[in-house]
Amino acid sequence: MGHVRRTCTLAALFILSSATALEAQTYPTGKDARNGLKSGILDAGVAMEGMKQVSFTPKAAEFDTARGLTFVNSDMAFRGNYVYQGNFAGFSIWDVSNPAKPVKAAVVSCITSQGDPSIYGNLLFLSAEGGGNRNDCGKGGVQDPKDHMAGVRIFDVSDPKAPKLIKNVQTCKGSHTHTIIPSPKDKGVIYLYVSGSQGARPETELAGCKSNNDAADESNSMFRLDVIKVTLKKPQDAEVVTGARIFTGMEPAPRRGGGAAAAGRGGRAGRGGDSTAPPPPPPTGPRNCHDVSVYPAMNLLAGACGSYGILVDISNPEKPVRLDAAADTNFSLWHTAVFSNDGKKIVFTDEWGGGTSPNCQATNMLEMGGNTTLSITAAKKFKQHAYFKLPSAQTAQENCVSHNGALVPVPGRDIMVQGWYQGGVDVIDFSDPDKPFELAFFDRGPVDAPPVVDGGPPSAARGPAARGTIGGSWGAYYYNGMIFSSEMARGLDILELTPSDKLSVNEIAAAKLVKFEQFNPQSQPKIVWPAAFPVVRSYLDQLVRGNGLAAARTSAIGSALDAAEKMPAAARRAALTKLATQVGGDVGSAKDSARVKTMADAIKALAAAAK
Amino acid sequence: MSGMDTPVTVPKGALYTAADVHFMQGMIAHHAQAIFMSRLAAAQGANPRVLKFANKIDQSQMAEIRLMQEWLVANGQTAPDTASYHHVMMAGMLSPEQITQLKAARGPEFDTHFLTMMIQHHEGALKMVEDLLASPLAAQDVDVSVFANDIATVQTAEIGTMRRMLEQNPTQP
Repeated sequence: MGHVRRTCTLAALFILSSATALEAQTYPTGKDARNGLKSGILDAGVAMEGMKQVSFTPKAAEFDTARGLTFVNSDMAFRGNYVYQGNFAGFSIWDVSNPAKPVKAAVVSCITSQGDPSIYGNLLFLSAEGGGNRNDCGKGGVQDPKDHMAGVRIFDVSDPKAPKLIKNVQTCKGSHTHTIIPSPKDKGVIYLYVSGSQGARPETELAGCKSNNDAADESNSMFRLDVIKVTLKKPQDAEVVTGARIFTGMEPAPRRGGGAAAAGRGGRAGRGGDSTAPPPPPPTGPRNCHDVSVYPAMNLLAGACGSYGILVDISNPEKPVRLDAAADTNFSLWHTAVFSNDGKKIVFTDEWGGGTSPNCQATNMLEMGGNTTLSITAAKKFKQHAYFKLPSAQTAQENCVSHNGALVPVPGRDIMVQGWYQGGVDVIDFSDPDKPFELAFFDRGPVDAPPVVDGGPPSAARGPAARGTIGGSWGAYYYNGMIFSSEMARGLDILELTPSDKLSVNEIAAAKLVKFEQFNPQSQPKIVWPAAFPVVRSYLDQLVRGNGLAAARTSAIGSALDAAEKMPAAARRAALTKLATQVGGDVGSAKDSARVKTMADAIKALAAAAK
Repeated sequence: MSGMDTPVTVPKGALYTAADVHFMQGMIAHHAQAIFMSRLAAAQGANPRVLKFANKIDQSQMAEIRLMQEWLVANGQTAPDTASYHHVMMAGMLSPEQITQLKAARGPEFDTHFLTMMIQHHEGALKMVEDLLASPLAAQDVDVSVFANDIATVQTAEIGTMRRMLEQNPTQP
């Protein structure tokens, strides 16, 4: 008594004793452009700053229906000129060759909640979790458990206009999300790490499934992520090959005595339940992850697993090794993670309430339901720095919490874009993990007018079916120059960053130089910038903005770059080589010497590229 | 005392079952008691972390009650209100004796009782989800299915958080 007890297995975990150690954030008291936006599905008020809307495309008619989650859009994946947008009832493929006018390539009706997609070559993977998904994709629910599909569907999308379902890979816990990890050894093989938050299905429904509270039981479907191995040439043979048991050893010691925990269990005798039977041992550490993000170039995985954020080495995807785990009483539902490009920082989100609740109201706590920034130490341990929550109070009609996002490839900074459901799209700089801040935003008014409260009569304005609409940005991602946001209730938004005092023309141009052939946000690619003037000028703009180098030098360097750009190749090479040497000489005296050094290297690379 | 045993009429062609309706109705009472428990924290000297956590439960479960009520109303079913916890007993809910005990506790003793009883309460919610999923043809309506999964995910995670707070609490037995 009287002291903090921890088991040795918990020694690697840190627990914040106080949130006040972290940077405090408050809702703005002044005027925010997002306040008081008019409600409406397609005619809601819109506010934006630091970005513009390039296009909005409504959901396909196949998915356009009444309230509820049955036909909402979910996550996205990208390949070439195509956007693959998941939906709880299938998916859409959009040709975005012209971002101002996306063209529908295909809409596939296939009941698959929640339909999170990933793309790899010609294969599209779709997560299926709910109870009503059938092997044949059909409507009407599952009448025979043998028809129940929970796991990952694989489609051949080699013809984007005619996708074909080629395999349903069944998993014991279904698939809330999944994450692609390419085999480090074999280019023809990928692994899917499957996160499923529900309990295991009964063995009568799917052979081999087993659910108990014994973390050490190797045959237990719990306490593991199912790992599906896909041989790209034989996707029809994809199957679960192993379980990633990344939670082993995280179980807190069993509680001594039953105490009040075992007493006073009320409850009616449920179906399949006997109210007189002793209660099962309580679940303790994580049994599942909600979502995992990987950074294959760094062999790292960040798992958002219940009340923990977990760091895992995935050098061998069939045998992952946990490196560290973080817990924080403010973060009760760790969600997605985004790594900084250097792999030294990480942003975790807290999906407080699961996404269907309005948790960005002025009365909601700011350190809950937002992001937290952590750094990864040289010893591969977490260090927590700050919280960041959408700095705009939303209404009670807007389901809002931090959700999915990914990096915006601005060189020299750590910037991400993120969907906050009806809180809209937010662009955040977390270069300084202690002081994340907002760079840009896009927001709409709520889908619904104010709702009825506590069983009151349905309002005429909202029709007889008084349902609150769940909507907003499921995820917002930067892909090849544009920001794509999957609007659950409305459709697909394409946005573009615009210059501001916080983000320069050069930084936006440098980001646009980064192109990927395909992009799955939860399988993070390493960003490499080409040798280009906008990249060098981005560093220069950052040095000017942050007073990282004397003003006389930054303006001289700017002029030298302008002059060099106009020269023929040989002269340009000579001028840039000389400039690189000069800038190298500035490193020692500069306040931000690391950035000056990076800029000198970028100028050198630019010189080498001058041909 | 048992829960929602009112007969339920499910329209032909609906994708939900009586078990889904009972789950949503019963969970309103279950949540309402959790909110009642959480609102004791401020006056009874909970430590700041426990208080903040109690506020979180209050805010999240209040929003969820609205979701459940809206689902029930939209489907033409009876939607209980937040007073229903007085007469509906679901898995994990506190007995009258436990409520008396919780209301009498102050400071660290309150923290211990609150966390212990809320863990029990959350485990009851997990049991309700488990029962729902084990019920034939239930949890196929996407809204119910997502909501049930959210409850399982969120409350399992919160149990983990509460266990750690309990381990750090000085009155831990």
